[in-house]
Amino acid sequence: MAMTEQRVSYTLDSSLETIDRAEENATRIATELGFADDEIMQISMAVREGAVNAVLHGNAYAPDKKVTIAFEKTGGDLIITIRDQGPGMDLSKIPNPLAPENLLKTSGRGIFLMRSFMDTVEIRPSQTGTELKLIKHVHGPTAGGKEASQ
Amino acid sequence: MSMKVGTRQVDGVTIVDASGRITLGEGSVVLRDTVRDLLSKGSKKIVLNLAEVNYIDSSGIGELVSAYTTTKNQGGELKLLNLTKKVNDLLQITKLYTVFDVKDDEASAVKSFK
Repeated sequence: MAMTEQRVSYTLDSSLETIDRAEENATRIATELGFADDEIMQISMAVREGAVNAVLHGNAYAPDKKVTIAFEKTGGDLIITIRDQGPGMDLSKIPNPLAPENLLKTSGRGIFLMRSFMDTVEIRPSQTGTELKLIKHVHGPTAGGKEASQ
Repeated sequence: MSMKVGTRQVDGVTIVDASGRITLGEGSVVLRDTVRDLLSKGSKKIVLNLAEVNYIDSSGIGELVSAYTTTKNQGGELKLLNLTKKVNDLLQITKLYTVFDVKDDEASAVKSFK
């Protein structure tokens, strides 16, 4: 379970438990990699939002569909890949949640939060559904301790 | 850790003391049911005390918005009290801080309804 190797991957059911487990794993791995507290919260929340999208909007809780979550440390980056088996999403149809006409909408903030918290967010169709890639640069303590909260 | 709520009355205002996490699933449902129950009983001055809410996700943010608009649509008013830094930051980046009436202390929150 520990991220002593460079990559760990989980295949999980399309359930609320998967969302919680994804968040817990993100918190643990980000902590192990030495991210600052603020960054750990950001990574955990981005992964949670990605898992919500996969379970809820992608797989729609379908019991026969799985969510795959991989955590990978390569060079100076933590790369998290979340794949679902859903029908895919049209990014052009996702409204800007900061637009005045959308402020009081009760949904549609997940991708915005991921983009706010991570250095890179890529969403693209995969062979079986949608692939979400979240990247956070690792800032080691010897690199000046500069936080990347913005 | 799931969400818990308790309600109390102060000078005609209902204070909802929430604790835990407001996230997709149980936490969001608890908040939704609590606010709808209060409105059905005629409580239209509501303060959500979020001092002990340590985590909220986009679904939880959506529930806060829903609670706000549902209350407003029924002629009531819902205000937020004692935001933790995490929740405060989330409302800032989503620009919802400009929508909600956010208070720092309970006495002024209660007084602001009069």
